[in-house]
Amino acid sequence: MTWVLDNLDLVLSLAAVHLRQSAVAIVLGFLLALPLGWLAWRFRLLRGPLVLGTGLLYTIPSLALLILMPAALGYSAISETNLVAALVIYAVAILVRSVVDGLDSVDPAVRQAATAIGYGAARRFWTVELPLSGPVLLAGLRVAAVSTISLATVGILIGVTNLGYLFENGLQRRIVAEVLAGVTAVVVIALVVDLLLVLAGRVLMPWTRAGRGTGRTRARAALPVRTAA
Amino acid sequence: MNLFGEAIAWLTDPARLEGSYALPTLLAQHVGYTVVSVLVAAVVAIPAGWLIGHTGRGREVAVAIAGAARAVPSFGLLVLLVLLLGVLRIPEAAVVTFVLLAIPSLLAGAYTGIEAIDRAVVDAARAMGMTERQIFWRVELPLGLPLLVGGIRSAVLQVIATVTIAAYVNLGGLGWPIIQGIPLRRFDQVLGGALLVAALALVVDLLLALAQRAAVPAGVRVHRATRPARRAAARSEAAASPSA
Repeated sequence: MTWVLDNLDLVLSLAAVHLRQSAVAIVLGFLLALPLGWLAWRFRLLRGPLVLGTGLLYTIPSLALLILMPAALGYSAISETNLVAALVIYAVAILVRSVVDGLDSVDPAVRQAATAIGYGAARRFWTVELPLSGPVLLAGLRVAAVSTISLATVGILIGVTNLGYLFENGLQRRIVAEVLAGVTAVVVIALVVDLLLVLAGRVLMPWTRAGRGTGRTRARAALPVRTAA
Repeated sequence: MNLFGEAIAWLTDPARLEGSYALPTLLAQHVGYTVVSVLVAAVVAIPAGWLIGHTGRGREVAVAIAGAARAVPSFGLLVLLVLLLGVLRIPEAAVVTFVLLAIPSLLAGAYTGIEAIDRAVVDAARAMGMTERQIFWRVELPLGLPLLVGGIRSAVLQVIATVTIAAYVNLGGLGWPIIQGIPLRRFDQVLGGALLVAALALVVDLLLALAQRAAVPAGVRVHRATRPARRAAARSEAAASPSA
C-alpha cells in the first residue's frame, strides 16, 4: 500500500496514457466496424470473406500481430501507433460480428414498415436499423472495450509505455504491490468504461430500460415498473 | 519483403534444431502448456457450466465471472503469480494463470450450449418420460456440443496467446525468440518467432473450427439455420476475448 501511495502520480499518469490509447482504439474500431459490418450484412457475398478475414486476424496472438503488422506494412514496431493499430484490429474483429448480428436482429416487418411509409435506405439505416441493432451492438462494444483495455498492457513488451509498465518494472524490482496496483488499475478502468457504456446505452436506448433480463424474470419485473409509472 | 526473407532464413537454419532453445522444443513446450492448462480448466469449468445450463441456476454468477475475467490483464496476472509463488515456481504460476484464463470461455461454452436449446425440445424429452439424467446425456449434451466446442476453441486460442507472452518470465515456448530478440534488435529471429506463433494459432483454430462443425448433430443442421436471432444471442455471450 505504501508503494501505491508513494507512487500515486506515476500510476495516475500511466492510467491516463492507458485510457487514451484504449479509447482511441475503441472509437476507431467502432467507426471502422460500422461500415464493414454493414457491407457484410448487406452483401451476402462479402459476408464470408469479411467475417472470416477479421476472424483470422483475431486469432493471431497479440505479440505476433504486434511484430507481423509493422513488418508487413513497413513501419516501426516500437511505437504507440503500432499498439493502437493492433488494438483497433482486435476491436474491429469483435465489432464486425456484432454489427452483422445486430442488423440481423432487426425484425424484417419493422424494416418493411419503414420502407412502406417512405423511408429511403440511408434514413432507414440511421433512424430505424441502427437504433434497433443498438442492444446487440452495445453488447459487442462492451466486450471490445473491456478486452482492449486489458490487452493494451502487452504494449510494454514492444516498449510502449502504459499501465503494463508497472508489470515489467514490478517484476524486475520484485515489488508485488506495484504489479497488483497495475492489475487493479486496469480492472478499475475497464469496469468504469463498461459502466459508462451501459449508462450511455440506457440514455440512448430508453426502450431497453423496461423488461431487461430473460424469460420468467422479464414478465415479473415488468409489472411493478408499470404500476409505479 | 526482405525482412520476411531473413525471417524464413532464420527459421530454416539447421541451427534452429539444436540446443535447449531448439524450435521443436519450444513448440512442444507451447503446445504442452496449452493442452495441460485447458484440460485442467475443462475438468473444473465444463461440469460446472453444464450444471448451470441444466438447472438454470447460478447463471448470473457465471456471467459476472466471465465479464470480470475479461477485464483482468493476463500479462499482469502472470507477473503477479510469478512474484507471489516465487521465481523458482514459474511453470506452476504460469499454469495457474492459463487455467484461470481458460475457465470463463469453457464455462460460457458449456452453459450457453445448453441454454440455447429450444425449451420445447427439453420439455418434449421430459414428457416422453426421460429421466433428468437421460435428458442431459441424450438431449442437452449433444445439442449443446457445438457451442461447447466453440468455448474450447476460444479458451485454447487465448491460452496459446498468453503462453507466447509468458516467454517474458522465462517459461520458454514460441514467444521466446520474440521476447529475447526485441532488446537485441535481432529482427529476423523476432519475425520468425511471430510467424511460427501465428501459424500455430491459425492451424489450431482451423482444426477446432472443423471439430465445431463436426459437433453439430446431423438432425439439427438444417433446423439451426432458421434461428439466427437465438444463435446470435448465444454467440455474443460466448464471445471470446483476446486477452493476451
